[in-house]
Amino acid sequence: MKATAEVATRAAIARRDSVARRKGVRTAAFRWLVLVVLILVWETVTRVLGSAFFPPPSMIVVRMYTMWFSGPPSTLFLTDPAIEHILPSLGRMAAGFAGGALAGVVLGLAVGLSARAYDYLDGVLQFLRAIPPPALITVFLVVFGFGLKAQLAFIMFSIVWPVLLNTADGARSVEPLHLQTCQVFRLTRAERLRRVILPSTLPKMFAGLRLAVSLSLIVMVFSELLPGTTDGIGFQLTFAKSQSDLTAMWAGIVLLGVLGYLLNELFLVVERRVLGWHHAAQQLTE
Amino acid sequence: MLEITNLSHVYGGGSPNAHHAIEGLNLSVAAGELLCIVGPSGCGKSTLLRSIAGLITPTGGQIKVEGDLVRQTPDNLAVVFQDYSRSLFPWMSVADNVALPLRRKNMDKKARREAAHEALESVGLAGAERKYPFQLSGGMQQRVAIARALAYRPSLMLMDEPFGSVDAQTREDLEDLVLKVRGHHRMTIVLITHDIDESVYVGDRVVVLSKAPAHVVGDLKVDLPGPRDQITTREHPDFVHLRAEVGRLVRGHAAAA
Repeated sequence: MKATAEVATRAAIARRDSVARRKGVRTAAFRWLVLVVLILVWETVTRVLGSAFFPPPSMIVVRMYTMWFSGPPSTLFLTDPAIEHILPSLGRMAAGFAGGALAGVVLGLAVGLSARAYDYLDGVLQFLRAIPPPALITVFLVVFGFGLKAQLAFIMFSIVWPVLLNTADGARSVEPLHLQTCQVFRLTRAERLRRVILPSTLPKMFAGLRLAVSLSLIVMVFSELLPGTTDGIGFQLTFAKSQSDLTAMWAGIVLLGVLGYLLNELFLVVERRVLGWHHAAQQLTE
Repeated sequence: MLEITNLSHVYGGGSPNAHHAIEGLNLSVAAGELLCIVGPSGCGKSTLLRSIAGLITPTGGQIKVEGDLVRQTPDNLAVVFQDYSRSLFPWMSVADNVALPLRRKNMDKKARREAAHEALESVGLAGAERKYPFQLSGGMQQRVAIARALAYRPSLMLMDEPFGSVDAQTREDLEDLVLKVRGHHRMTIVLITHDIDESVYVGDRVVVLSKAPAHVVGDLKVDLPGPRDQITTREHPDFVHLRAEVGRLVRGHAAAA
């Protein structure tokens, strides 16, 4: 009796899954179709207008290829300009993200775990987060001077807030029954932190980190637009503009878009691995 | 085993809408006993359980477990909460959930895994070790929570309306499970329920609480021929008589207040 019920539920789940999968395939096909149509429209409009300021996408792609990705196999097809500009940008972004995210997680846990600290600091933190980071760039330049240090400090400062506030929020909203369970089974503080509070915080922490990923790309480019910069995608953008090389400028813009997209996808893959339990449990309660 | 003297608890003491949950409650439970506590809903049953577990500090009276005054959660005490879906940790496999409390028991990883396996086997969940709670039905999740309590080898197990959120069939299965594990593990069980039939079916003794502020209004010994069976025990004249008596006590005091 119970066994048949279980088989029936399983069959229902399998049916639901296959329907969902078919739906997913159709959505993906449509997504590509929309993209292709948009690019064709872009190509047609720019060709008809023939404006030097708006080169057609085919030209931009060719330029991206010759400028960055037509190198020898020994450098993974990267050209010298790519190594000189794209890699430093990615390095800055990675270092800034790592530093800012780590600081955000640690400080966020500290603030979130103490009700008093949260009450005292919440207003201040919201205030600090509300300041648009570019407004503070002069402060960083005064403190660190032109160059890498100021750029890194700027990226870290910009992304620390979403991570910090989301982590603190997550650490505060741990299920009370989970904490009572810890208390009943007399887990030590360290065990409670590592095995219960930290995992409970992860979904919100990841929401903050995802914001930080996209933000780090934005502020990375911004930091490279500053005077005193000699490399990076942002530098290439300003340089192309000063040379009136509009196609190269557009190539930089498209590259940034692609990078942003890829980083987000990469992040989602990591998130799906780390938070698989969370998504699965949520789907079931829906 | 468990001695409660003159216990009282007031929520929001001092304020005009203070709630007296418990007042002047006395109760003693012998080692190895399976005591069921019934009472009208909202009567302070859960407050009583939380006080015994050391999760809240009662405003008056005292609780002793194995002779020691309860200040924080006593050493050999486990709790099975009603809301299994929020008491199990969703990011841990079933085996990790069961083994987690064993970390402070000086057991190495292998011993912990074996203990978890054994506990899961005794609740009929052998083979579910690597599953996650969300992959199990509600009744199975509550079995995991029971296994977690069993693996911990408490001398006192508290169960807070443990079968309140499962369907009737599962509920009967779980009642029988409690009777079964109780035979295997020597421990004292205090089970809180609002189900009168359940209290008589499962308990050696049933204590009836009044409406809030709760105190003991009835204390009945359940002397039913064993082993208990969902069909024959429930039609036994003594069972019918006892459940009527418990029902009268629960209702009488609910109506009088």
